[in-house]
Amino acid sequence: MSAAAIMPWLNQLVAVLLALLAAPLFVGWVNQCRAWLGNRTAPPLWQPYLAIRKLFIKEAVLAEHASSLFRFAPYAVFGTMICAAAIIPSLATSLPFSNAADAIALVGLLATARVFISLAAMDVGTAFGTLGARREMMVGFLAEPALLMVIFLASLISSSTALPAISDSLATQQLALHPSLAFTAVAFLLVLLAENARIPVDNPATHLELTMIHEALLLEYSARHLALMEWAAALKLFNYTCIGFALFAPWGIGTAAASPLSLLAAWPILALKLLLAGVGLALIETLSAKLRVFRAPEFLATAFLFAVLGILVHLLLGA
Amino acid sequence: MSIYLALLAAWALLGCAGLLRPTRPALASRLLYPLGAIVGLALAITALVNFGAPVERLVLAIGLPDLPFHLRRDALTDLFMLLLGAASAGISIFGAGYFSSTPSRVPGLLCLQYHLFLAAMGMVLLADDAYSFMVAWEVMALASYFLVTTEHRVPQICSAGFLYLLIAHVGAIAILLGFGVMQGGSWQFTFDAMRAADLSPPWAAVAFLLALFGFGAKAGLVPLHVWLPEAHPAAPSPVSALMSGVMLKTALYGVLRVSFDLLGPPDWSWGLVPLALGLFTAVYGAVFAAVQTDMKRLLAWSSIENVGILFTGVGLAIVFGGVGMSALAGLALIAVLYHALNHALMKSLLFLGTGAVLHGTGERNLGRLGGLLRRMPWVAWLTLIGALSIAGLPPLNGFVSEWLLLQSFLSAHEVPKPFLNMLLPLGAAIIALAAAIAGYVMVKFFGVIFLGQHREARLAEARDAGWRERFGMLLLAAGCVALGLFPTQVIGLLAEVPRQLGVMDALPPAANWWQLTPIAGRQASYAPLIFFAVILAIFLLTIRLVSWFYHLRVRRAAPWDCGFARLDARMQDSAEGFGQPIRHIFQPFFSMRRELPTPFDDAPRYQVEVGDRIWNTLYRPLEDVVKRAAASVAWLQQGRIATYLLYGFVTLLALLAVVL
Repeated sequence: MSAAAIMPWLNQLVAVLLALLAAPLFVGWVNQCRAWLGNRTAPPLWQPYLAIRKLFIKEAVLAEHASSLFRFAPYAVFGTMICAAAIIPSLATSLPFSNAADAIALVGLLATARVFISLAAMDVGTAFGTLGARREMMVGFLAEPALLMVIFLASLISSSTALPAISDSLATQQLALHPSLAFTAVAFLLVLLAENARIPVDNPATHLELTMIHEALLLEYSARHLALMEWAAALKLFNYTCIGFALFAPWGIGTAAASPLSLLAAWPILALKLLLAGVGLALIETLSAKLRVFRAPEFLATAFLFAVLGILVHLLLGA
Repeated sequence: MSIYLALLAAWALLGCAGLLRPTRPALASRLLYPLGAIVGLALAITALVNFGAPVERLVLAIGLPDLPFHLRRDALTDLFMLLLGAASAGISIFGAGYFSSTPSRVPGLLCLQYHLFLAAMGMVLLADDAYSFMVAWEVMALASYFLVTTEHRVPQICSAGFLYLLIAHVGAIAILLGFGVMQGGSWQFTFDAMRAADLSPPWAAVAFLLALFGFGAKAGLVPLHVWLPEAHPAAPSPVSALMSGVMLKTALYGVLRVSFDLLGPPDWSWGLVPLALGLFTAVYGAVFAAVQTDMKRLLAWSSIENVGILFTGVGLAIVFGGVGMSALAGLALIAVLYHALNHALMKSLLFLGTGAVLHGTGERNLGRLGGLLRRMPWVAWLTLIGALSIAGLPPLNGFVSEWLLLQSFLSAHEVPKPFLNMLLPLGAAIIALAAAIAGYVMVKFFGVIFLGQHREARLAEARDAGWRERFGMLLLAAGCVALGLFPTQVIGLLAEVPRQLGVMDALPPAANWWQLTPIAGRQASYAPLIFFAVILAIFLLTIRLVSWFYHLRVRRAAPWDCGFARLDARMQDSAEGFGQPIRHIFQPFFSMRRELPTPFDDAPRYQVEVGDRIWNTLYRPLEDVVKRAAASVAWLQQGRIATYLLYGFVTLLALLAVVL
């Protein structure tokens, strides 16, 4: 095989490995920013790695009547998140695997992970598990169509549903202002917060029964299962952030036509974007108050309406 | 063609053979149902072989002297025959086990009705004149009516059956009137005459709307859906599976036959009616499915949702076809056909799953089930495949058809009609919402029945299904997986239908056998096989790596549950609880009656009844009007001979006046 033929596969491998390794780091960075903003002493940046490693070493404790679905769900969720990372362009847009699954399939993939987490939470049959599953699905069924509409708009603009192709065409086109993208960016931000159990909707640092969503799903997990679930959650946050970059800030990404040198330039740019995104996320979380669970549907309905509005604006103005 | 006829006749004969030993279940379950399944399989294989063959016609000289049966097969017939054969093969095998151990008064009669029902659905697909179509349609309706009312001593089932019969006949009248319009003055009721008839646009629209009403009543299109959540749960599970999986599709077949073949090519504006109704139906059905507490009723509502998706696709195809975008019309139509095939398999699978649960536990109320994954692993895992499929999750089949439909919506902004090109893409938002709620519904369905702890102590004695039940479900589940993993091959077959209907030209050959590209490679592609293989590889690799670097040791202990020690099965979410967010968000859809306890109650009771608003606002007033009209007509019945003689005399005079 020639070098030109190997290049995309190399990109693919690098993208997956990067997501896998950088995701806990990104979570660590967000936690650090949150601690600083909350005037607390921050944990070290690599704290998530230590936590994951500790969990892997421990012996797994399963509930007496947990079924095999409960045991294999963490692996399935982890697998879907890695698969998702393989579709999302972070450094370069030439990802061969994205031919196997486009952005709609990506949304389906995220939905699959959500369904498996929820089913696993219902499996032990505790009060909190089913509560978490119900809330997770409630958030999901509103966030999923909103996310799909965000992607829909980007596909309308770039006439493709493959995420790398969308990103490629958004990055290479003449600087054009898309007012519609502004609406969907808001929608996407709301979806990102809700889907990743971030503050207005959920609090990742709480075990308060009345409010928790994501933590309630993981209550019965321990050791390596918990480690995989936590790692998958970190991957999910990283994936969503990279979707956001691909759609709304594709500058600096290594496009299909780019030289190998500019692929190298994509690394510091991505790092910068992630640093800024982490600060932004921590700011939003520090500045906003947690919504009551009853209000979450309104929050997500807003996201859905914003996304639809974005499409309407695009079709009305043609921009 | 003649093979089809022979196979359908074989079904009818098998049914009649059930009457040889009407009260003994052994003959039917050991011999007749398995034979029926083989006939179904043969039908599916014949359909596959027939695909792409030129159109065939046949005239059978049975029936009335001057009205022979005209029969015809084309690719559309083949596709629905495939659907009928494949779904019924799995259902019949399941039925062999199910009916053998379910107490029934007259198993032979049930066998007759069951097989007549199958044969009649096949005849509907073959009919090529209004007369034979209506005969087959009515046999189908009546056979299914008797099947629904198998337990006719239960008053609710009786009234459910009556409602079904009523709406089926209102629909049949509309279809008949539609045929009356379509013959266009030639007074020939063969479909060929209708194809040749030159209708003026308003009359064609009237015919289309009549057909849509008639077939929509059979399919359960909102607001004609009220019979469906009553009738489908009332029937024995294999019959529910047939009704939801296959019979609803005959209504779809009717709509497609009328709009694309008999009236075709349809005007673009007609498409807006099924499109709008379909979108509304999809969300309405999904929302109601989420709040049900009876597992079969939940599935019935989910069928309504899927019918909505199907009709949305039909509407889209008509709009695209009407404005001359033939490739997109073909894509939308393929999405519809794909979804019909998917839904036939997955909904049958789910209904069979509920049948097995009902059989194993005697319970169909979600509030008294739970934890059956451990007691009935076969049924549970096979049902999970159906549930994930219908929730539209990749890499299973439900996702493929949804993906195709969304892809065709994505091009809807190119429709050269102002306003329409802006509104149409929003349909995708509604479809996405319905699909997401379907995911919610399926988590509820599967989670409440199979996961968690037993909500009743006696569930601990539940037994897994017998081998025939398992085998039937396994067939359907395998179909779901195959349709999910090999979309390119399936679409290659399906594309024959729009080609023969003249909706679009032949599909260009696929670039490669594993990758699905509906429009162009750069725009969108989906390769489920690779996709699935990669997920599976990562899954196995992760397990391998974890065991290599660390260990796979496990210890069992009591559940943690945040340290609450006294865990109780009743602390899990009930079906009502799981539906609460949907009930809260979509409040305007429901008419709710709630009974809340006060703090001073000795025996506090909480009860909530969720009703269908359409039933109260549309059907109740209609019922009142009918009742009042009936009461005023009853005034004629005076009960005195002299009065009746007077009626006769007056009638005679009136007729004389007309004649002279």
